[in-house]
Amino acid sequence: MQIWEWIKQPWPWYVAGPLIGLVVPLLLIMGNKTFGVSSSLRHLCAACIPANIPFFKYNWRKESWNLFFVAGIVLGAMLAAGLLNNGEPIAVNPQLKDELQQYNIQNYSSLVPLDLFNWPSLFTIRGFILMVIGGFLVGFGTRYAGGCTSGHAIMGLSNLQWPSLVATCCFMIGGFVTANLVIPVVLNL
Amino acid sequence: MQTRDIISKPVTVKETNTDFEVRSLDTICINESRIQHPWWHSIKYLVAGFLFGILLVKAEVVSWFRIQEMFRLQNFHMYGVIGTAVVTGIISVWLIKKFKVKTIYGEPIELHPKQFNKGQIYGGLLFGAGWALTGACPGPLYALIGTGATVIIVTLLSAIAGTWVYGLLREKLPH
Repeated sequence: MQIWEWIKQPWPWYVAGPLIGLVVPLLLIMGNKTFGVSSSLRHLCAACIPANIPFFKYNWRKESWNLFFVAGIVLGAMLAAGLLNNGEPIAVNPQLKDELQQYNIQNYSSLVPLDLFNWPSLFTIRGFILMVIGGFLVGFGTRYAGGCTSGHAIMGLSNLQWPSLVATCCFMIGGFVTANLVIPVVLNL
Repeated sequence: MQTRDIISKPVTVKETNTDFEVRSLDTICINESRIQHPWWHSIKYLVAGFLFGILLVKAEVVSWFRIQEMFRLQNFHMYGVIGTAVVTGIISVWLIKKFKVKTIYGEPIELHPKQFNKGQIYGGLLFGAGWALTGACPGPLYALIGTGATVIIVTLLSAIAGTWVYGLLREKLPH
């Protein structure tokens, strides 16, 4: 079964990228939904902890399709990691490997570096900054920007919206600065 | 959010305006189907998310390593994925507009322009920082939990907290 073996390998960008792009028309044709994931975080706030904040006072049930969509992401990822996986370690650029070696990051068995992202390291400064502060910035920043990689970079650019191009450029600038200047400091903690 | 400005207007107008104002800076659906669907019609979005989740994991775009490579210009992979996704999206949207494609319920597909505000700059920079630290944007956060990286539940909760704090401080932030 050669096809099965191929599917279990990581998919190249020229296969996965166009398929991800097809999610845009899929959602539009299914029911006029614009592709976007970060809104789900807002709907969860509106559903669970609205606290009388005007930003969370809207009928989130009307947007519940988005919560079905993210639940689907969890299930799809479960299948991909469980069944469509050949168990090979992730192939990483040797330059990055050398750099990470300095910080004792050597485990490449998973998509996330298990040396950094695990429950005990949540209680270290390094782990707290990566997982908790990082997560907070993802939630705060995406809502402030009005979208994330899917809503702005993919959906917004697909519809040729220049504000989305501005947002996408800012995502990249923020990421470049953080990855090259901040993360080396954090990993040393 | 200027609820004070519209308080004097009739109740119905106030409600619509508030709702619109809340949504206007956002990507979330302004499109509302005139057709009422029972809840199980939403299962199709679960299926769409399921396929998207498989893609996110198989393309390895959920990997912290791939994100670090992207921001260090050490691998073309992420640029290839996002670039081809955008090109496919542009062609799809163009075709939908050109042939006036309708939804499966026969309603016209509507796309709304995005308004520029400074939040796209400030928020964009902050999100970029979070993306580099966690190695994940919101979609991959959900996907990583699915792959069994249970500690990412904490990151997701923190992201929800970040969204909540944004909602709290929103009127004080420059937009």
